[in-house]
Amino acid sequence: MNPVELKYNKEHEYAKIAGNIVTFGITDHAQESLGDVVFVELPEVGAAVTAGESYGTVESVKAVSDITASVSGKVVEVNTLVIDSPELLNSDPYGDGWLIKVEAEDLSPLDTLMTAAEYEEFVAEEEH
Amino acid sequence: MAELKRTPLYEEHKAAKAKLIDFGGWEMPVQYSGVIEEHQAVRKNAGLFDVSHMGEIDVRGKDALAFVQRIITNDASKLENGKILYSPMCYPNGGIVDDLLVYQHTPEHFLLVVNASNTAKDFAWMLEQVQNFQVTAENISDQYAQLALQGPQAEKILQGLTNVDLSTLTYYTFRYGEVDDIRCLISRTGYTGEDGFEIYVSPQSAQQLWRRILEVGSAKGIQPIGLGARDTLRFEARLPLYGNELGESITPLEAGLGIFVKLDKTDFIGRDALLKQKEQGVPRKLVGLEMIGRGIARSHYLLQKNGEEIGFVTSGSYSPTLDKNIALGLMRADLAVLGETLDVMIRGKAVQAKIIPSLFYKRG
Repeated sequence: MNPVELKYNKEHEYAKIAGNIVTFGITDHAQESLGDVVFVELPEVGAAVTAGESYGTVESVKAVSDITASVSGKVVEVNTLVIDSPELLNSDPYGDGWLIKVEAEDLSPLDTLMTAAEYEEFVAEEEH
Repeated sequence: MAELKRTPLYEEHKAAKAKLIDFGGWEMPVQYSGVIEEHQAVRKNAGLFDVSHMGEIDVRGKDALAFVQRIITNDASKLENGKILYSPMCYPNGGIVDDLLVYQHTPEHFLLVVNASNTAKDFAWMLEQVQNFQVTAENISDQYAQLALQGPQAEKILQGLTNVDLSTLTYYTFRYGEVDDIRCLISRTGYTGEDGFEIYVSPQSAQQLWRRILEVGSAKGIQPIGLGARDTLRFEARLPLYGNELGESITPLEAGLGIFVKLDKTDFIGRDALLKQKEQGVPRKLVGLEMIGRGIARSHYLLQKNGEEIGFVTSGSYSPTLDKNIALGLMRADLAVLGETLDVMIRGKAVQAKIIPSLFYKRG
């Protein structure tokens, strides 16, 4: 299930907050819908990302998906594991399949994100 | 939105929790367990596909052979009863209406199997051409379900269910027979690059046949396969897909299907244009591409050389068998040299790729 300590956006991505460092990743529902992930493109450490804008792509065998930053800030760490092993997004999206860590300029955009319970409701509604 | 059509196996797909998509107006399974796992199952063991959406057109009459010869580019006069021919079907300008399989029952009776999304267009095209021939063409797509059983274990699995001696059913031949006591047309054909069969059956019997093949095949690792893996399998084996490698503005000569164009047979639709193109030199060529830079080339991405547009990607994917990102591209023939590099434009960025032989996979 979706961890309760995370926040979720409508693009089926999560944000994990530790102080002003926010970790981005895709949700279990996202990996399930995408199917086998075979390619991930991420920014470099030091690059700037903007809340609400694309910072990279995740590609499955059949589909290309943009990934969206939920806060603005500077990339402080990139998960190089998923570059070589994109299947980690399928097998462990909330663990080893995380994507980047961002030092947030401002945490307030996170207030607009959903809680785990709200996100689950959102997923259920979307499927109808 | 128009109601999606469903095959007789729709309930089976739902029960198996397949992911369903709209494919050319049909609600079809795109994957069951996952594209890569399904792909490997077909390469290593066996897979069962519901391809009931394919179109079947029955052609009968005194002039049936002459009519077929008129509309296809390959030479059907070489066919014998029980044999099958692959061919493009062209417009007068050489562009491709569709690619199809021609099954000869007799020289006065053929079954033409066409792409699902082209069935209505193909049938209308054939009716336009039929006038000068003593022939009737009938769209009998609704009378057939079609199952494809593909993979190295396909023969063993099917043999367990039929009295037809499959060892004598050679590639591109067909026979009627009973499979699990169900009357079927069994065809040794496929769209995966593996050995296998396409089985035509009445819609009423499709479910029983589907279940029995999966039952009997389970000990041999059979899996149901969706359209996702069907596409990666056919792509690795360089089997063209209409709408990607083939289309109204692409000729079979450009698409690398020259061996299926018999310019020296009797006159056929598109012959003049194709003959002229052959004499003047084919302007574009279908090539294989392997990504050097990081990225996956996808259908319709542009190809560039030194900043100049030279073609486009027709199909591109991660290849599960090769574990590489590869593509097929239609590009300027004068630059289509093995080993040369070019750029694939991926979201505005030039990513380097190398021209490689396009038959990415050939079974051992």
